[in-house]
Amino acid sequence: MLLRLEGITKRFGSLVANDHIDLEVRKGEIHALLGENGAGKTTLMNILYGLYTPDEGRIFWKDQEVKIRNPRQAIDLGIGMVHQHFMLVPVFTVAENITLGKEVARRNHLLDMKEARRQVLELSQRFGLEVNPDDRIESISVGQQQRVEILKALYRGAELLILDEPTAVLTPQEVEELGKVMKRLVADGHTIIIITHKLKEVLHLADRVTVLRRGKKIATLDAAGQSEEELARLMVGREVVLRVDKKPAEPKEVVLQVEHLHAKNDRGAPAVQDVSFQVRAGEIVGIAGVDGNGQSELIACLTGLRKPTAGRVVVNGQDVTGQSPRRIREAGVGHIPEDRQKRGLVLNFTVAENAALGNHRAFARRGVLSYQKMVDEAKRVISEFDVRPPRYDYLARSLSGGNQQKVIVGREILRNPKLLIAVQPTRGLDVGAIEFIHRNLVAERDAGRAVLLVSLELDEIMNLADRILVMYKGQVVAEVPGHEATEEKLGLLMMGGGAGA
Amino acid sequence: MPEEARWKETLKQGLRTFAVPVLATVVGLAVGILCIIVAGKDPVKAAQAFVQAVAGSPRMFGNVLVSTIPLIFTGLAVAFAYRAGLFNIGVEGQYLVAQVATVVVGVWWTPPQGFAWLHPILALAAGAVAGAIWGGIVGLLKAWKGVHEVINSIMMNWIALFLCDWLLKTYLRPDNSRASSYDLQETAWLTQGLIPGSRLHTGIWIALATAVVVWFILFKTSLGYEIRAVGYSPGAAEYGGISVAKALILTMAISGAIAGMAGSVQTMGLNHRFNETSTLVGYGFDGIAVALVGRLHPVGVCLAALLFGALDASSPLMQAMADVPKAVVSIVQGIVILFVAAESLWNFLQKRSAKKGVPAA
Repeated sequence: MLLRLEGITKRFGSLVANDHIDLEVRKGEIHALLGENGAGKTTLMNILYGLYTPDEGRIFWKDQEVKIRNPRQAIDLGIGMVHQHFMLVPVFTVAENITLGKEVARRNHLLDMKEARRQVLELSQRFGLEVNPDDRIESISVGQQQRVEILKALYRGAELLILDEPTAVLTPQEVEELGKVMKRLVADGHTIIIITHKLKEVLHLADRVTVLRRGKKIATLDAAGQSEEELARLMVGREVVLRVDKKPAEPKEVVLQVEHLHAKNDRGAPAVQDVSFQVRAGEIVGIAGVDGNGQSELIACLTGLRKPTAGRVVVNGQDVTGQSPRRIREAGVGHIPEDRQKRGLVLNFTVAENAALGNHRAFARRGVLSYQKMVDEAKRVISEFDVRPPRYDYLARSLSGGNQQKVIVGREILRNPKLLIAVQPTRGLDVGAIEFIHRNLVAERDAGRAVLLVSLELDEIMNLADRILVMYKGQVVAEVPGHEATEEKLGLLMMGGGAGA
Repeated sequence: MPEEARWKETLKQGLRTFAVPVLATVVGLAVGILCIIVAGKDPVKAAQAFVQAVAGSPRMFGNVLVSTIPLIFTGLAVAFAYRAGLFNIGVEGQYLVAQVATVVVGVWWTPPQGFAWLHPILALAAGAVAGAIWGGIVGLLKAWKGVHEVINSIMMNWIALFLCDWLLKTYLRPDNSRASSYDLQETAWLTQGLIPGSRLHTGIWIALATAVVVWFILFKTSLGYEIRAVGYSPGAAEYGGISVAKALILTMAISGAIAGMAGSVQTMGLNHRFNETSTLVGYGFDGIAVALVGRLHPVGVCLAALLFGALDASSPLMQAMADVPKAVVSIVQGIVILFVAAESLWNFLQKRSAKKGVPAA
């Protein structure tokens, strides 16, 4: 037994984040820590890594009781952690970042970067974590940055590697890569704890899984032989419908018509090239693609946040090409934006004030706002979309990510748009919230609205969309009927492959 | 009793909001006392002098309010702009151009018989418009070309200073034997003597009314909603169909108008003319401090203006009675500003002491 936690308890004021949690991790296994947001997974691992001190409980490392007071001690024991938000120096090179804090120095105390590079290269080859030691962090992809973080932990001699939501920022291909790397690390005698709320990953990657719910340990199981449904039930504490039941779509009139649209990205390079498609009332059209293939720019053009360089956008027969966000909203477009904290909400506004965002003039008479009306609207959003805590006077900042998203989704849906554009509507949310939002999107479709869904999650697209458009390098390279889509097929198209494009 | 509970909550929030400024004031005064002791003066005497200067007689209190009036305006001007995320350092310039505009209307326009009451109103409006233009230019350049408002408004201050100086020397005075403009016609004067013996004038009502209007605009109108949304999150504002450019220009214009009213009221209530000046007068910079100490809220701004007004008004008497150098007052002001501005430091310390009180996501 490599690691044993006994009765770990951690309280934050009145909140019990970890309630007498026992956990055993065997040497050489991949152990998944599964739970919804706020279940206490990260808190538990932060305790193990010395970032928090537990209020109760004991930690045994290789059958010796240890007290871990800070990350330094954790590292010395052989515990490494890769946080969800990377902690790298952007202007340093890969090698400099990896050796930072444990630099290779010559006798005369000068840095020996040559030796450092060699060591980094050796490590990276040994585990198949390909990086270029001379690249600057700011110039490499997020997936590569994650590899640097893992190498950093290995460089410090980590035997146990804690990965906090490692796939949240990765493309499907990078997830695949990460899986291989993890297998190789384990084969080499390392042990891995992976924090996640994604069921697929658990089944795909882990040997054993421990489920946490509301700070309590629910069960530890062998991953083999488990089903997604069973894990979801343990995680949420009730039956969860993973697949949304939906009737075949009954598309009616065209609501959104995009014709030969072109747009540039922030750097002035072409990002959207000659994109044409339609979305009809009563159908969900999904846009699939690896992040950065023009989806963001396309949506920005459709919602007025970016001016297209050529082409036409018609909503409900009304030409709205290059119009302001306000005009486009008035034409009947609802928008669940990609970035809920930068776009979708004013975090320092109350829930009531946010309930009016995008439509605040409707709450005003002769320029004077009616707060009562805003409060009423917020109450409607809160009750129909189950926002918790149900307080219209709380700042949006104080809500959890899932509840922030519910405020946005509720606000946009309750305005009865003709076209609902939903971008990554469930990113970072837990199973319960995802189920809820998915059901609502399908209900919108059935109510006769046109829904345009953009997502990086293939599951989400395949689950919801009646037609799927695949974007690659700024173009729509294929259209696949929803019921014919498979992960392999879409994955291939997303990489620019596929003959029938 | 949900109504009562809500009241309590609001009150608690208010207390929390003002805890830092009040604490900073206390610390500032303590440091001031320390300075007085170090300088070898008698702190008790100094305190007596301060109390007497502030509340020794109705006349004294009246003079404190006289010092408070321009600070309310300039504090409101800075706070208003700040709500949209704009740092209006150009209050100085807006103040000056407004004074000239007020002088023009106050000297050269004579109200028709029976319309004397219109004179101060028009003179005030002229100042507000001049300030609005001066501030609006800054907002326009920011919205149009992305010129940073801090740089730009500092430049506008100097342009205003020398423009006004040139106007004074060329057009506004009879000849160069006079260091100020023509006097305003008496119809344009604000009534003085609200407190007998002091120079307290009706500008105080205009200042307080302006505070109410600013509060109303910010928190009760859709314009205020837009301005605050832009200030908190330009991205979300844009998403919500708010024109960020329009909000920036309007905010700077309104902020400039408020700053302009400071100049107009000062001219109509106190000076009755435009005095030659070779430097910026400083009310604008004090306004920044007032806005910060007042937590960008109109009520807070009025209280902070009163504090700074009291410090200003009391310094001559403290010098006379307790031999406390004027610099000590500046030190106290500086400390207060420092501590309020260092609020992030407070928050940081608080978080550290409660380090384990914040669950990581």
